[in-house]
Amino acid sequence: MSDLHRTPLYDLHLELGAKMVPFAGYEMPVQYPLGVMNEHLHCRAQAGLFDVSHMGQVILRGANAGAALEGLIPQNVLGLKEGRQRYGFFTNDQGGILDDLMFANRGDHLFLVVNAANKEADLAHLRAHIDGVEEITDRALLALQGPAAEAALKAIAPALPDMVFMDVATVASDFGELWVSRSGYTGEDGFEISVAADQSVAFAKALLAQEAVEAIGLGARDSLRLEAGLCLHGNDIDPTTTPVEAALVWGIQKTRRTGGERAGGFPGADIILDQIANGASRTRVGLRPEGRAPMRAHTMIFASEDATDPIGEVTSGAFGPTLEAPMSMAYVDRDLAATGTTLFGEVRGKRMPVQVVDLPFVPNTFKR
Amino acid sequence: MKFTEEHEWLKVEGDILVVGITEHASTQLGDVVFVELPDVGREVEKGEEIVVIESVKAASDILAPLDGEIVEVNEAIADNPALVNEDPLGAGWFFKMKVADLSVIDGFMDADAYNDFTG
Repeated sequence: MSDLHRTPLYDLHLELGAKMVPFAGYEMPVQYPLGVMNEHLHCRAQAGLFDVSHMGQVILRGANAGAALEGLIPQNVLGLKEGRQRYGFFTNDQGGILDDLMFANRGDHLFLVVNAANKEADLAHLRAHIDGVEEITDRALLALQGPAAEAALKAIAPALPDMVFMDVATVASDFGELWVSRSGYTGEDGFEISVAADQSVAFAKALLAQEAVEAIGLGARDSLRLEAGLCLHGNDIDPTTTPVEAALVWGIQKTRRTGGERAGGFPGADIILDQIANGASRTRVGLRPEGRAPMRAHTMIFASEDATDPIGEVTSGAFGPTLEAPMSMAYVDRDLAATGTTLFGEVRGKRMPVQVVDLPFVPNTFKR
Repeated sequence: MKFTEEHEWLKVEGDILVVGITEHASTQLGDVVFVELPDVGREVEKGEEIVVIESVKAASDILAPLDGEIVEVNEAIADNPALVNEDPLGAGWFFKMKVADLSVIDGFMDADAYNDFTG
């Protein structure tokens, strides 16, 4: 694994007994001695600390940055208030999703967090269209998630202000300046914290020293985000899926839709706005298989036990430790996407019944 | 107790062979969440995939270690797959089978050889 990148917390992961795996060009912890199942449950019960330093941290400066970013994503950037963050996605000319991201208005600049696997492509895409794109390479990124997250962060960063879901703040601390957002990707209340790389180990250790906080690996990160109904780029969304197919229309603000103040003007706008008006032929849904067997990615979905042609495919599937049952996300024909519809997934040559259900599988606990 | 290269353990009880997976295998698999067991009475051939195990990480198969007939399966692990992690060499056993000649299990690894094998 010598050609892989390491995050500033690499040695700490080893010290904690992590099992390291290659992920998006990095050596990352997939699990710690606690194990995937218990890490997952611990995060929902108390607080979990995740190293997400492999993700890209990007700053856009300049008076025109907001308008320029609106040329690449179908979100309302100019209307985002200072101190607030929003979910977004880069689209291509076919209306597909190049990557999803978080962007925040931090006063004199926009702060973006993009996926590790797409970081280089995103940077090239941004630089081709926007001046003053700055990649942050001297800061680690950690996520602290779960009901005990606020108390744990406040204990070591007492200047933490009152924040609600999707607020961002700059917080002075013993570990230097923290760039904090009240967000995450587990469905739990919590924070993502950008901290100077040379302070990040001390910061992580101060969190882990608290009874409520355990280190959580990529394994549990995946089951947590899936229970929360959240998409993983490369699995559930990709350049061939549109935001309408992906059931992410909630993430396109009215200002950017037909009739809005700044309607269109992003790649693939014609296709996406047409699909918002008329629907798409397939849509992302949640599926609950009967029994305990997980239905994993690429399981084909059929309308009946004996139908010849598939009407859909699973994009993510796992056993949900909190749900205590298997769960999958899939794209299915829109006529068969109604909640309560019974479909069949083919596992090891057998057609197993599944129910279309509403997402998320486990209700979120965001602090609104 | 004997061990296979597929990380199964084999134990003779009277004229019956009891089969499970090793501690090493259960650790590698991670938390087991689903086990599909063969039907009792099924005639199996050595190397045939007869059990499906799903862990939080992935699906994997258990192969029949020898030709024989499945005479009993451990329904307790179908109801509570965590038993496979908690007690792989005991309560987490998978199935019992009748084989033509029990002496052939002498050809499998003993505990020391298996420990060397997993290094």
